[in-house]
Amino acid sequence: MSLREQVGPYFGSFGGRFVPESLIAALDELDEAYQAARVDPSFAAELAELHRSYTGRPSIVTEARRFAEHAGGSRILLKREDLNHTGSHKINNVLGQALLAKRLGKTRIIAETGAGQHGVASATAAALFGLECVVYMGEVDTERQALNVARMNLLGATVVPVTVGSRTLKDAINEALRDWVANVDTTHYLLGTVAGPHPFPTMVRDFHAVIGTEAREQVLELTGRLPDAVVACVGGGSNAMGIFHAFLDDAEVRLVGSEAAGDGVDTLHHAATISRGRPGVLHGARSLMLQDEDGQTMESHSISAGLDYPGVGPEHAWLAEIGRAEYHGVTDAEAMDALRLLSRTEGIIPAIETAHALHGALLLGRELGPDGTVLVSLSGRGDKDMETAARYFGLLDAAAAGEDS
Amino acid sequence: MTASTVEATIASRVDAGSGALIGYLPVGFPDLDTSVEAAVALVENGVDIIELGLPYSDPVMDGLAIQAATQAALERGFRLRDGFTALERIRSRVDAPVLVMTYWNPVVQYGVERFASALRDAGGAGLITPDLIPDEAGEWLAVSEEFGLDRVFLAAPSSSAARLQRAVEVSRGFVYAVSTMGITGARADVDAAARGVVSRLRDAGSTSACVGLGISTAEQVRDVLEYADGAIVGSRLVTALAEGGVSAVASAAAELAAGTA
Ligand SMILES: Cc1ncc(COP(=O)(O)O)c(C=O)c1O
Repeated sequence: MSLREQVGPYFGSFGGRFVPESLIAALDELDEAYQAARVDPSFAAELAELHRSYTGRPSIVTEARRFAEHAGGSRILLKREDLNHTGSHKINNVLGQALLAKRLGKTRIIAETGAGQHGVASATAAALFGLECVVYMGEVDTERQALNVARMNLLGATVVPVTVGSRTLKDAINEALRDWVANVDTTHYLLGTVAGPHPFPTMVRDFHAVIGTEAREQVLELTGRLPDAVVACVGGGSNAMGIFHAFLDDAEVRLVGSEAAGDGVDTLHHAATISRGRPGVLHGARSLMLQDEDGQTMESHSISAGLDYPGVGPEHAWLAEIGRAEYHGVTDAEAMDALRLLSRTEGIIPAIETAHALHGALLLGRELGPDGTVLVSLSGRGDKDMETAARYFGLLDAAAAGEDS
Repeated sequence: MTASTVEATIASRVDAGSGALIGYLPVGFPDLDTSVEAAVALVENGVDIIELGLPYSDPVMDGLAIQAATQAALERGFRLRDGFTALERIRSRVDAPVLVMTYWNPVVQYGVERFASALRDAGGAGLITPDLIPDEAGEWLAVSEEFGLDRVFLAAPSSSAARLQRAVEVSRGFVYAVSTMGITGARADVDAAARGVVSRLRDAGSTSACVGLGISTAEQVRDVLEYADGAIVGSRLVTALAEGGVSAVASAAAELAAGTA
């Protein structure tokens, strides 16, 4: 079987369903609806029309020439998911699942969110389809992504701050799972990444596969050949699986994931699940995860809320194990430098999550040299991160000082 | 393989015209010593089987009362080995069987076989595994067989007939009938759904079906025991322990046990 044809529930020894029995019927129902939708031309047509007239697909590819000067002179091509409606790749999966929720007759969707991008996309789809929407968000994240909380509220969603555990994305997922167990008759859990129990990793990947399908053609058209490397940031891993998928069977294309290394993978403060994790069970699947000796999940750390997650999707764990993809840690400082560099050389302010991939692109470009081509998943825009970035670069102090004088 | 003492305990209570009372408390809350005292107090006040919970960082089946207690235990530095220590101390003082309730990852990390061996050596009867479904339990089925341990799987109102059948086939000790589509926590009504699950479990051949989630009064215990073989109480006991210590747990247990009379 080719790598692209893997459909779960297992990817090697990873994946499966480690959830309370109460959820199995809902997962079976979802899987069945998804299998039916996959082969239903009317579903594909409806989703394609939403992509075209609502999201703004296909997203363009931008060649980053001035940025490339810092990347060994190789060609750097940006797949612009930041230009999608709501500002990131997350909407691709959300629209697909929202259509499924409607088919299942569900009137309520719930979602977890870290950076708030998936929550915003879910709130957006709920508004579009007339569904009730509740978004669980760790209290720490509601603070560092306050702008996105306001966006979700304005869109009519209820944002529930999660105050237990580490108060970040992992705890938001726990809370969403608890809600789902109790309300599964009326509610679809719109999971926002390629993690969780089957069929989520496969389904979410498939809804994002449009990123790589479009980009593969766009790169071929632009350069006449496949890229030498494709790089994406990896939180749960959805934008990365989305862009990797079309290239899985192109053995000559290197697939590279940038994980959040926080203060560094050799410190206690990072979120580099693949580089430093061990196999275990978290949030419904067997995958790699950051955990202590007893199997208690460890807190992750990253400046980027969307990558601040101690788990990762099972397909990534498998791609790492078989050596088809490689994963490297990118520190907070390296990501923030790349964020500023892209802003100043190209006039594009990326999300902090995305900036991790941009650092990865700089390294790959330098390694490949002037003959190389690197395709980057520009997963989101940085509007939501302005406060964090302004604080990081001391711009708020500068502005305040300017006012005083 | 020896007969399950959990099954025998339940059967003897059923034969006596009632059913078993199963009480949950987490290890290490509010501290290790007190959790041992509290578990012993359960049995001294009419609880037939102890369900001893191991604190875990991501307890998706638990409501706020149990989350708060297990998080506090973890913050105090609970380690898995403390679970075995507590188990051994409890078993040295009471004859009642003790099932350990644990999410699956701690068992995987400890090593399934090593865990089973430590559990057996400490006098544990087996495991209740809220996030392990029979479909994923191949290794546990083999190891529990080898060590003669009980394995309690869950059955939900939404489970298909085929899944209930499987739960009955692979469970040993009892099948845990989830009373409602929800998580742990006290509830005013124990769902009518519980009656339905138990009756469907009977159709699938179950002779040992206990109902849990939401039970908090003697009256609810009595209602449940009209059709089920056991009633499982958790949050009510944890709340009593949090608010009034061991003496409050003792009186809560005694009060609940009145429902089995
Ligand atoms: C812009 C952006 N990129 C990436 C991610 C990380 O998610 P994933 O790894 O699922 O793509 C997020 C998550 O919030 C995000 O907002």
